[in-house]
Amino acid sequence: MTADATGRKSRPDGPGRAGRPHGPGRSAALPAAAARLGLMVLPVAFFGVFFAYPVAAIVARGLHADGAWHLGRLPDVLARPDIRHVLWFTTWQACASTALTLLVALPGAYVFARLDFPGKQVLRAVVTVPFVLPTVVVGTAFLALVGRGGLLDDLWGVRLDTTVWAILLAHVFFNYAVVVRTVGGLWAQLDPRQAEAARMLGASPLRAWRQVTLPALGPAVAAAALMVSLFTFTSFGIVQILGGPTFSTLEVEIYRQTSEIFDLSTAAVLTLVQFAAVGAILAVHAWTVRRRESALRLVDASRTARRPRGAGQWALLAGVLATVALLLVLPLAVLVQRSFDAPDFAYYRALTSDEGSVFLVPPIDAIGTSLEYAVAATAIALLIGGLAAAALTRRDAGRLVRGFDALLMLPLGVSAVTVGFGFLVALDEPPLDLRTSWILVPLAQALVGVPFVIRTMLPVLRAVDDRLREAAAVLGASPWRVWREVDLPMVRRALAVAAGFAFAVSLGEFGATVFIARPDNPTLPVAVARLLGRAGELNYGQAMALSTILMVVCAVALLALEGLRIADRTGEF
Amino acid sequence: MLLALERATVRFGGRPVLDAVDLDVAEHQVVCVLGPSGSGKSTLLRAVAGLQPLDDGRVLLDGRDRTGVPPHRRDVGLMFQDHQLFPQRDVAGNVAFGLRVRGASRKQQDARVAELLELVGLPGAARRAVTALSGGEQQRVALARALAPSPRLLMLDEPLGQLDRSLRERLVVELRELFARLGTTVLAVTHDQGEAFALADRVVVMRDGRIAQSGTPLEVWQRPADAFVARFLGFGNVVPATVAGEAADTPWGKVPVPAGSAQGERTLLVRPAGVRLVAAEAGLRCRVSARTFQGTHVAVHLQPEDAPRLEAACALRDAPETGAEVGVEFDAADVVVLG
Repeated sequence: MTADATGRKSRPDGPGRAGRPHGPGRSAALPAAAARLGLMVLPVAFFGVFFAYPVAAIVARGLHADGAWHLGRLPDVLARPDIRHVLWFTTWQACASTALTLLVALPGAYVFARLDFPGKQVLRAVVTVPFVLPTVVVGTAFLALVGRGGLLDDLWGVRLDTTVWAILLAHVFFNYAVVVRTVGGLWAQLDPRQAEAARMLGASPLRAWRQVTLPALGPAVAAAALMVSLFTFTSFGIVQILGGPTFSTLEVEIYRQTSEIFDLSTAAVLTLVQFAAVGAILAVHAWTVRRRESALRLVDASRTARRPRGAGQWALLAGVLATVALLLVLPLAVLVQRSFDAPDFAYYRALTSDEGSVFLVPPIDAIGTSLEYAVAATAIALLIGGLAAAALTRRDAGRLVRGFDALLMLPLGVSAVTVGFGFLVALDEPPLDLRTSWILVPLAQALVGVPFVIRTMLPVLRAVDDRLREAAAVLGASPWRVWREVDLPMVRRALAVAAGFAFAVSLGEFGATVFIARPDNPTLPVAVARLLGRAGELNYGQAMALSTILMVVCAVALLALEGLRIADRTGEF
Repeated sequence: MLLALERATVRFGGRPVLDAVDLDVAEHQVVCVLGPSGSGKSTLLRAVAGLQPLDDGRVLLDGRDRTGVPPHRRDVGLMFQDHQLFPQRDVAGNVAFGLRVRGASRKQQDARVAELLELVGLPGAARRAVTALSGGEQQRVALARALAPSPRLLMLDEPLGQLDRSLRERLVVELRELFARLGTTVLAVTHDQGEAFALADRVVVMRDGRIAQSGTPLEVWQRPADAFVARFLGFGNVVPATVAGEAADTPWGKVPVPAGSAQGERTLLVRPAGVRLVAAEAGLRCRVSARTFQGTHVAVHLQPEDAPRLEAACALRDAPETGAEVGVEFDAADVVVLG
């Protein structure tokens, strides 16, 4: 797979690439365009009905009354000091979190890309676990570490849960893997001979890095930074749990305005603001991704890593290992330890009883519910995302299709709270009366899973040398047959990886699910959040225990995938 | 005609890559399209295969217009430049691919795969992984795969491009024998004139999307159509000349030309064998600027005063040292008046 990509990249003007007109040709282009449109029908319908429509309905409910739009609400709301404070905090914490994540994770990207050491594969899986963990679990873990009665409180009386540091650290924890995978993945594939060529021309190691390696990595760093800023800008679960009354992001504020203050017009304005910000971030991201895909010399990742040499590299490796231990492993370890912090597994046993519970069912039932929903959501996400990825595979896809590409990323950033509440408001009348249907939750969760499926599949599909498809066609295979015989065998593993991502993301989805999961059928994250919202040792302990279970389920799913992962060609997050 | 291109035109961003090309290939003929990179020869193959839609003109196979037919229904075979074997299938899986998509039975497939592997000299390789094959073996598997569905026309894109020289020379002979034995109709493209001359019944030289010359290898070699073709074939001694009778005025002085040559303002080619070295006092005075050993002879590069360089072919023992002063005379038998 990588060899094909390499061949293609290193021969940018080969006949397969050069032999393509800028405008679509006459005869063969029409059916191709029609096929592409056909593939896009279902994804477009899905996003129209389950994303655009609910979000529009919520915005309309807030800003449309008596047959007129009240857009004057926009400046009114934005002028309020409390809202300005939220906007300011959302922005600067996103910037700070991104900078901090890059600072902490870039050395990690280098170590994972260029150094070879025992246990590297396992460690790579370990650093990825936090990213697929539900934000609620992340929040809970940091609460157990830096919160009241947390580990640091016990040891030194240090509490960070009233400061912004808890949020920033949790964001670094959550996004470490984004930088390591996006930047490290490319770094591992950069041809070292490029830097060697610079060295032969007289550049010092530092100069070679600065003038050859860094410019090549630049777009990947930018893409990772944008992804992190997107995730932190829209952070909900983490801030909801660690932010207390002081710190609130836009997403948390939308939730508060919607479900506590019932001020829908303010929520609608905030949704629009977030929408604009996310749109801007995604537009820049799409641009950097396109630059990243162009004209780099790539080689097989397994050939570039080597054993550490010299004090500098050993120190770097030690530093990265220490960071991973303290920042990524410790919070999870504390979470697990707290869940067992009662005689006879009392917290776990309490999960199975419905006495004095905050739910109508034993909390343990949430596991089954979560798994069912996640499986259904994964199936939907694979179907929709797979179709969209197949439609987007062609590099010469027109501007319309590329716009569609960016559009499919929107659910990652648009307020999940809005989507969840929008489901309740918009999908409540025939023919789309889904309010009482179980499918509502998987649909909302699939919305977040689809971008992951596309992002995982697309690089692999695009890396398939077009001339392999042509070879099959010339040998007599119809387009459908070509897809089945050439594309499918190559993306099978990517498909499994995509399924795993979608599964983990669905399992951990919180912002939308919290609105639409029914009280007698809570998912794991919702159950954790509710338990945390209650006072009492037992509730707290149960939250820890449920979070541990959720973490184990996610980690197992991820580790199973890690065996399948096609080295660094997939998993762009 | 088995294959006929009529005014085939392909434009990339307005620039014609294939410019109103007419080309015929008769049944059982081996035609080689020869040209430098960027001359449009690969696009020509892709257009015939249906991988590249034409902006204008037609492709006819067996007299039937196939212009709008998708590649999988054209019944032409194409061997790609770097083979493009399917990495996830073994040798037999690759060779049988075209049969399988046509719905051949398992038994038919196995028999045909065995037959073809025998034919290309890889008997017993059926279960090997294609990634474990050497370059030459991959080339053979690619050929077997392209031949398996018995296409009416087999096309080869730089068939031997990535192989080392000795292997290339051996395979060219094998291919030539094979095509003669099977009676295959072949359209190949290459930038290597040696390969084209060895393989083809007819050579087509392309330049900037147009056909510069077409003819048997001997015709093209003996009488290049113009200065471009001559230079592309490796001839360096090409100058403008004024031909009058059996002599021509050139920067090198008077040069004898064969009887019956075209008269007037022309371009003149002197083959290296026609540049004879004589004593420095006789003939055109030159200094030897370099000499390169070519195996059968030595190419001597000569710098006359105030005239373009000349290349002469000499026997090893006659070759002067670099820096020596020599005289040059020309042999009319190796002088060609072009165009």
